[in-house]
Amino acid sequence: MIEAPPSPEPQMKSRLDSDNSAPMIAVRSLKKKIGQQEILCGIDLEVRDGETLVLIGRSGGGKTVLLKHMIGLLEPDSGEILIHGQSIIGMNERQLGVIREKVGILFQSGALFDSMTVEDNIAFPLREAGERDPEVLHAKVVEMLEVMEMEGQEEKMPESLSGGMRKRVGLARAIIRRPSCVLYDEPTAGLDPMVADSINRVIRRLQTHFGITSLVVTHDMKSAFDVADRIAYLHEGRVYFHGTPSELQKSKDRLIQDFLLGRSEGRADCL
Amino acid sequence: MMVRFFSALGAPLLGFVQYLGELILLAGDTFRSIFTHRLRWKLFLNQVVEIGLLSQVLVIITGGFTGAVFSAQAFFQFNKLGMGSAVGAVVSVSLCRELAPVLTALMVAGRVGAAMSAEIGTMKVTEQIDALRALAVYPVDYLVVPRTLAMIVSMPLLVAECIAFGVVAGYFVAVYLLDVNGPYYVANMVRWTRPRDIIMAMTKACVFAVLIVFISCHKGLTAREGAVGVGRATTEAVVNSSLAVLIVNFFLTMGLNIIFPAGHQ
Repeated sequence: MIEAPPSPEPQMKSRLDSDNSAPMIAVRSLKKKIGQQEILCGIDLEVRDGETLVLIGRSGGGKTVLLKHMIGLLEPDSGEILIHGQSIIGMNERQLGVIREKVGILFQSGALFDSMTVEDNIAFPLREAGERDPEVLHAKVVEMLEVMEMEGQEEKMPESLSGGMRKRVGLARAIIRRPSCVLYDEPTAGLDPMVADSINRVIRRLQTHFGITSLVVTHDMKSAFDVADRIAYLHEGRVYFHGTPSELQKSKDRLIQDFLLGRSEGRADCL
Repeated sequence: MMVRFFSALGAPLLGFVQYLGELILLAGDTFRSIFTHRLRWKLFLNQVVEIGLLSQVLVIITGGFTGAVFSAQAFFQFNKLGMGSAVGAVVSVSLCRELAPVLTALMVAGRVGAAMSAEIGTMKVTEQIDALRALAVYPVDYLVVPRTLAMIVSMPLLVAECIAFGVVAGYFVAVYLLDVNGPYYVANMVRWTRPRDIIMAMTKACVFAVLIVFISCHKGLTAREGAVGVGRATTEAVVNSSLAVLIVNFFLTMGLNIIFPAGHQ
């Protein structure tokens, strides 16, 4: 495993050092087997308050599995996950509800409720929290759609939205109750570069305007470098590297260079 | 040889016990939620419409034609003994105690059970259930509780409707097509059909409602492997619900007959 030296860029340093409290998310020695395959082989990772950590790695490397563990959607075989110092292992679904109010997630597909309009999808968490006033709900939905640059789309059904729009609606739904942290599963996968860039801007804006901590799982290296304060590289079920984007770029490690440059020569296991 | 027999039996038996256990846990979770968490009235009323209102035509046709054909068959046999006017009592009691609850349950299992498992199964494989959980909404509260309550409310009404249309259709066939004496037909029907027969019908309706809803929701919640998995879950939901209705009906009949014995006493 490669540990990058602690030398973040000056601008980055001030942003990261501003938080001295317990990490937003801490993962300790996390292991998970699905069937006979060991997906996570002892993951140790921290996501600090207010930062954007990007998790990169090969397809099928366990990034999404790790993300789902962090919100209690999957249970590990062993290890620990702490949200603001509180362990979520062994919690039942109702106890996890309290944690999930703090941590939102954007699914790769958006996971919109296909029987509801865009407005109903975005307003869903507020309704479930007990907000009944239609004017308040509508005003908040309109505000979220403005943040997502999707004004006037309230009445559309999910099936009539493009992939990028679905992801933005999913993101609006995830953040409408102002969680402390948002987990993004491949937020720019399958999108054209301009839509991907608009998603990256939204992620950045959420961090700067609302102070939301972010964990982004992606293959898209442009997106990773655009939004990351720190980057972790997952390989064979372990964190192989973690450091700042500049440290990642300067790394001479063959595996990391191959991944960054998209080289597959001599790697039959890529197929 | 015995060892091989029991080891071959072991895995399916364990699977079946596990399946029963999961159903019981789901039922426990649902009833606990009904009494401890707020009900989503809008979802409940939507389900009442979906289960109760939209099943009307199906139940009316089922009840009507069952009553009609049963009335005709009973007449063909009873008329030989000069007991043609007893057809009303036979049709009415049979519909209350067996035919209406079972046939309505089979129809509802086919229409509503399939829809439930397909809808919930699709939500499962498209991560919508995970999205619910991630938004701090417990899927049992949101998906299973409204469906369970709507089934418990709707099934007795559907069974009552099935009985009513069966009796009316039986009357028309017997009186207008087979020339049975109308007043005798009605008098025998009223004399031999007792409140306990109606109670038996309603009890069966509630039990079948619970069976269908938990089997169907469970199949949806455990669906996997995309469209194929949803299709398989839907088929299994209908088959398992129908078999459960038929099997449980036998034990209910034997048990309830002790509490509510058949015949005029």
